[in-house]
Order: sequence, then structure tokens, then C-alpha cells
Amino acid sequence: MKLVIGIVRPEKANDVLEALYRAEVRGVTLSRVQGHGGELDRVETYRGTTVKMGLAEKLRFEIAVSDDFVDAAVTALCEGARTGEVGDGKIFVMPLDRAVRIRTGETDHGAVTPVAK
Amino acid sequence: MGALDAVAVLAAVDTGDTAWMLTATALVLLMTVGLGLFYAGLVRSKNTLNTFMMCIAALAVATVTWAAVGYSIAFDGDGSIIGGFGHAFLQGVDFTPRDGTTIPHLVFFAFQASFCIITVALVSGAVVERMRFGAYLVFAALWSVLVYAVLAHWGFGGGWLMANGTLDFAGGIAVEMASGFSALAAALVVGARKDYGRQALLPHNAVYVVLGAGLLWFGWFGFNGGSGFGTGNASVLAFTNTLLAPACTLVVWFALDLIRGRKVTAIGAATAIIVGCVVITPAGGFVSPGWAMALGALAALPCYAVIVWRPRTRVDETLDVLAAHGIAGFTGILLLGLVAQESWNGVSDGLLYGNADQFLWQAIAAAAVPAYAFIATFVLLKVIGAVMPLRASEHEEALGMDIVQHGEEAYVTGEGAILISAPDAAESETGVPVANPV
Repeated sequence: MKLVIGIVRPEKANDVLEALYRAEVRGVTLSRVQGHGGELDRVETYRGTTVKMGLAEKLRFEIAVSDDFVDAAVTALCEGARTGEVGDGKIFVMPLDRAVRIRTGETDHGAVTPVAK
Repeated sequence: MGALDAVAVLAAVDTGDTAWMLTATALVLLMTVGLGLFYAGLVRSKNTLNTFMMCIAALAVATVTWAAVGYSIAFDGDGSIIGGFGHAFLQGVDFTPRDGTTIPHLVFFAFQASFCIITVALVSGAVVERMRFGAYLVFAALWSVLVYAVLAHWGFGGGWLMANGTLDFAGGIAVEMASGFSALAAALVVGARKDYGRQALLPHNAVYVVLGAGLLWFGWFGFNGGSGFGTGNASVLAFTNTLLAPACTLVVWFALDLIRGRKVTAIGAATAIIVGCVVITPAGGFVSPGWAMALGALAALPCYAVIVWRPRTRVDETLDVLAAHGIAGFTGILLLGLVAQESWNGVSDGLLYGNADQFLWQAIAAAAVPAYAFIATFVLLKVIGAVMPLRASEHEEALGMDIVQHGEEAYVTGEGAILISAPDAAESETGVPVANPV
């Protein structure tokens, strides 16, 4: 059981969701985050104040999956989020100790994208 | 126009008329900002400022072109297609009354300028979220002269439609049909947004939309109420009709929303306000209050239909200028030919009151004006497009036009923003190490 975290461009959200859906990965959490990953800074000017924007808007997908679905989720994130330009984002895969589905009390593999395929 | 013919013999400036027209001019100017808010709410948050700026740019560009040549082409002389150049660069525009009115020529000029400005701003609704700002400025400047000024001459300034008796109180020809059908042409030439038809592209702030529509309605009292160029019966009638017609459009729109989706929508209501104001624009001072209410109610039907149908096509006429202005203006110009009443306007009867000629000339205007606006805009944008790119790249479109075109964001947080002294210092000594992009 793993937690897959994908940081992607906001405008690629729909493409990523579509790719995850096609890969039969169910259950995602999405949050708006700001980050910096080496992309060129934007210079913005507000009246006399000129600033370099070090942080860019990103979306953070969190997807808990059983081991069999890790590759599918990672592939889907890559396919959906890639533009080829600097700033496409990152994917992190982390071990997951425990998962509980609150409604039913199911735990672990019963609570994440299923093993059976 | 023409409604004050009866008092045209008065050669002196009337203080009351002038006071109202100064106010009305300011009201119409506020409409352009209201429209900016309305449009800005309808686009995605990353394009808020660019969309608003297209309206602000109309204030800049169209005012200058109007003072330079636009006003003269529209309002100098009785040429059948265009006016003369006698008022170019405001020659002869001074304190003496404009012919046929009791207000100083300067006030007349300023009032008409505010119409040119908002019409240019209206067209921008077709190309938001992807057109390059520079190309838009060039387009706005040329369009305000080649399309707006010409059609203003046809409808208001003594051109062939006006000379043959076509009625247009406040701009069904030059403002509404011109902007609506030009918007369709602009959408076709500039092309759809890259995600159009693939992803849901939703309004980011419905409150802006409703507030913008409210400001537009408020300003429209000056727009229609000022188009009698005074405080006479025509202005009073148009003013009250501007209250009645949109209210009826709202009621019918609510009903249509209920039938279609079982819920009355706020953005639908904002749209209905615009449609109602537009349909009464050509008819304002020419029809009875009762007919004004009927026109408002009737206009909801074709406009609602086009607004439901258009997004199912490949035509990304983004903010539905065609439906809300083109179709509503067309409806108003045409129905005015049926229901105009000489007992109310002192000028002419419509078909229902025995004057078939009136309907004929309304129908001719409703055919000729959209054709000219569409073709002229299509050709103009093709020519501009041959000289410079009309739209931003796909990458820029994804990033959002606010950052790309203006270097600003509407909803900036300031987190992670590093002060720099000058733009060109951005690459070097900022004190904060930044990873080098590979």
C-alpha cells in the first residue's frame, strides 16, 4: 500500500483526472498548493513595486493505492501532467501504514484502490 | 434620433437638457467599467485582468480615434455611406448647439464618444482568454472607425438608413447589431480557445457578473434616456421603458430557466438584464410602455435559444455577444417596425398601426447592418492577422493572459514574492538563490 503524491500544473488537472480514471484508479484528494521547482521566475509589477514571483500555483494530488496500482497511478500522472516544459511537477511515492474507510470501517487494502484487477 | 425634430428650430442651448446630457454621458461611461466587471466574472481567474483591460483599452483607444476621425465620419454631413471629415480632430465642435439639439456640440460629441467606447468593449467578449493584447489594441482602433463610425452614420448620422426613415432610438444598429455580428466574425477568425469543447471553462466569479449587469442597467438609463438629447418626452419614455423591458425579460428568463433546469440561475438573470436593455435600445423612445414590456418578454426567447445552442457548436464566441447583443438588437430593430406608435413618439407608426414602409426599412436595416458588421470585421481581422499574430501561444494560454500580457495577477497573494529594484535586475542580484532551469 502506497501513497502517491503528484504535484502538477493547475491547467493539467482535467487531463490527470481523465488519465487516472482510464487507469481505473479511484479515490483522489486534490489541494491547491504553491511551490517552486526550478521553473523561470515571473516578474510582476504593481505600480512602483516590481517583484519576482518565486512560487507558482500547483495542484497536489494524493492517491492511496494498493501495490498493484502504484505503476498505473504514476503512469497516469505522468501522462496527464506532462507538457515538456520546466514546471511540469513531481511525483513522490511513499509507504502507507494504514488506511481506513470511515463509512464502513474497512481498513487497509479494502479502503484504497483495490488489489483485484 | 429624430425624436426632437419638433423642437429642432430652437437654436439656443437649454440648460436643463445640457445638465441631463452631461449626466447621461457619465452614466454611459460607467457602463464600460460595468461591462469590464461583467466580462471579468465570466472568464477563468487567470484571465480576469486581461478581460477587464480589454474594456479599459476601449476607453483609451476608441476615445482617441473618435476624436480624430470617428466622430466626423459618423456625424459630419449627410453622405449616404459615410460622413465627411469636417469635424476631424474636433474642428467646429464647440459651445454652439449641435444641429437639431439644444445641447452644446461638445456635449453631443462626448455623449456619442461614450457609445463608441462601449461598443468596442462589447466586441472583446468574443476573443477573451486568447487574443494578444497588442493585436486587440490595433483591432479596437481600426474597428472603431471602419465599423462603428460607419454604422453610426447609417443609423444616427444621416446615412442611408436614417435618411430612408429607419428608426433606431439609441443604437440597435451601431451598438447592438454591430457588436454582436462583429463578435461572431471575430470569434471565427481568432479561433476557439485551446480547451474549448474539451474542458468545462467556467465563470470564476458570478458576483462580478451580477454586479456588472446591475451597473450596466444603471448606466443604460443614461444610454437610452440620453438618446433624446434632452429632457423631452422621447427621453422620458425611453427612460421608463428601460426599467420596464429588462424586468419583463427577467421574468421570462426565470421561467425558461425553470423549464429547462428546474432552477433559476444568477448568471442567467444577469444575461436577461442585458438582453432586456438591448432590445429596448432601438425602440426606447418610439414605443408605448406596454409594447416595451412585450418586447422585453419576447426578446428572451430567441436570445435564450442562441445562448443554449451556441456552446454546442465549435464557435467559441466566448461571452455570447452575438446572443445578448446581436440577436436582441436584431429583435428590437425588427419588432420596432411593428409596434412603433406615432401617438407616443410623434415620428412614425409601425406595421401594426398601418405603416408597412416602417417595417420594410426596419427589416432592411436588420439585414444590411449584420452583413456589413460581419464582413468588415472578418476582413479587418484577417488583414491584422496577416501582419501580426492575433492570439497567444498555447503555452501562454495555459499560463493565463494576466501574467503573460500584463505581468500582474488579479488574486495575488504575495507569498514567495521577492522585491527587486528594477525589472532588469530580475536575473541577477536578488539575494535569494534560485535554481537554474534546465
